[in-house]
Amino acid sequence: MSDELRELYQEVILEHGKNPRNFHASDDATNEARGNNPLCGDQLVIYLTLDGDGRVADVSFLGKGCAICIASASMMTELLKGRSREEAQTLFEAFHDMCTGEENGHELPDDVDKLRVLSGVREFPTRVKCATLPWHTMVAALQGEDVISTE
Amino acid sequence: MTTPTTAQAGTPAYDIDAIRADFPILGRTMHDKPLTFLDSAASAQKPRQVIDAISTAYETEYANVHRGLYQISEAVTARFEGTRETIRQYINAAHTHEIIFTRNATESINLVAYSFGRKFLGEGDEVVITELEHHSNIVPWQMLRDEKGIVLKVAPVSDDGELIMPAFEALLGPKTKLVAVAHMSNVMGTILPVEDIIRRAHAVGAKVLLDGCQSVTHIPVDVQALGCDFYVFSGHKLYGPSGIGVLYGREELLDAMPPFMGGGDMISSVTFEKSTWAKLPHKFEAGTPAIVQAIGLGAAIDYVNSIGLDAIGAHEADLLNYATQKLSSVEGLRIIGTAPHKASVVSFTLDFAHPHDIATIIDRAGVAVRAGHHCAQPLMERMDVPATVRASIGLYNNRSDIDALVAALAEVQELFG
Repeated sequence: MSDELRELYQEVILEHGKNPRNFHASDDATNEARGNNPLCGDQLVIYLTLDGDGRVADVSFLGKGCAICIASASMMTELLKGRSREEAQTLFEAFHDMCTGEENGHELPDDVDKLRVLSGVREFPTRVKCATLPWHTMVAALQGEDVISTE
Repeated sequence: MTTPTTAQAGTPAYDIDAIRADFPILGRTMHDKPLTFLDSAASAQKPRQVIDAISTAYETEYANVHRGLYQISEAVTARFEGTRETIRQYINAAHTHEIIFTRNATESINLVAYSFGRKFLGEGDEVVITELEHHSNIVPWQMLRDEKGIVLKVAPVSDDGELIMPAFEALLGPKTKLVAVAHMSNVMGTILPVEDIIRRAHAVGAKVLLDGCQSVTHIPVDVQALGCDFYVFSGHKLYGPSGIGVLYGREELLDAMPPFMGGGDMISSVTFEKSTWAKLPHKFEAGTPAIVQAIGLGAAIDYVNSIGLDAIGAHEADLLNYATQKLSSVEGLRIIGTAPHKASVVSFTLDFAHPHDIATIIDRAGVAVRAGHHCAQPLMERMDVPATVRASIGLYNNRSDIDALVAALAEVQELFG
């Protein structure tokens, strides 16, 4: 098996893919958005609960997708709690650049270093959207949009 | 699951090594592994004979068609129109002018929806499709529904992926104006009982459109014996180039239908007050057509004919049988689409890995398959799967291709199992 495949499917990703964290709907969500990848049929819903200061009090998701997509969503929900809108947006930009290999000066902060396990998608252009779909959907939820599509 | 209809299992229907040598791309590697191409249902590879016909046309005999008063233009027009006759023979249409060139089957269906649909269908008229249709045989009818107020009815399929005939019949009635169905499922390989479908549709006075995209490469098609009113297919799945497709329509219907697009080539005369339309087939072919693509398609049909669809069908049936047996022995594998009458396509899921992950992993082993919803999202919902992996067989595949697929799936098991 190739090194790139082993890099892509690291143990952490496989584990999150099988046992996603915060994998449930939320009745208390203040913001909710649905993300679709029409090319492959991946679908998920992100539930965000923002507190009075606009900070993420809770976040969860439900959906169907590949291991990369589910693991990415799972890890995202673990890292968003307590962050402000702006911080969430900044994280999205840094994560997006890491996945696409673009360099726009957005660096992942050290406290979310674990997201780097997903950087292997860079070698798989058709799979980048699998990793970024949950993040795009989260940003849509923050901005009050209902549905986003990666196409 | 399926049984070869002509050749005995394992009996070579033709010299597969000689056939494979006709397809230059099969000699290349993917990720440093020999290429195992099992995605012909999406688009088939091209034999040297087609590639040569295309380059020869550009190198020695290219000009616009139907216009030039010089030797090359006359020659290329003859080649182009000759292809129409090749296609007529291939599907046994009654007249050469019943063969309309389009870009692909999608455009052919849209042409029928736009021209036949807008002229002859109105509010409350019903179009019947099935749950296993490709998006290209769903969306044009939805657009017509939104514009004209027609009613779209969907006939269900069974857990095996077969059309449930009693339920289909129950949808037919005096308001049914058109039945538009796939001849063969692009996802499951199911071959639909089109003779029966056509008979019953005609009994209520409905016209029938067959989407022949998948069937035209595997099954001999005789549109007159079938009695279908429209038959559509794409050139690129039939070992020809992309950008060329076919609409067959019965003369009487095509004559009654208004043009699809306006422009050059499709007119008889033009003044600022009024234009009149050219005769068939040109009425439906506005603008310079895909000239060399059509010539390439003609070469592809000649190639398929040189092997023979019966031999191809026997070879592919044997291989489908082999693939079905081999894949069935993979732990956790579920085949989607187990109709007794099917051809050349195996869709499956693994209970421990998502189809996209499977496709990515086996790609690195040199195996090309399709993973996703195959432009048939409603069918995915019906079969209760988010997506499938689809291995599809072409005339050039062999048992080593199936073995390579099964071996590559072991790597998926290694990571995910």
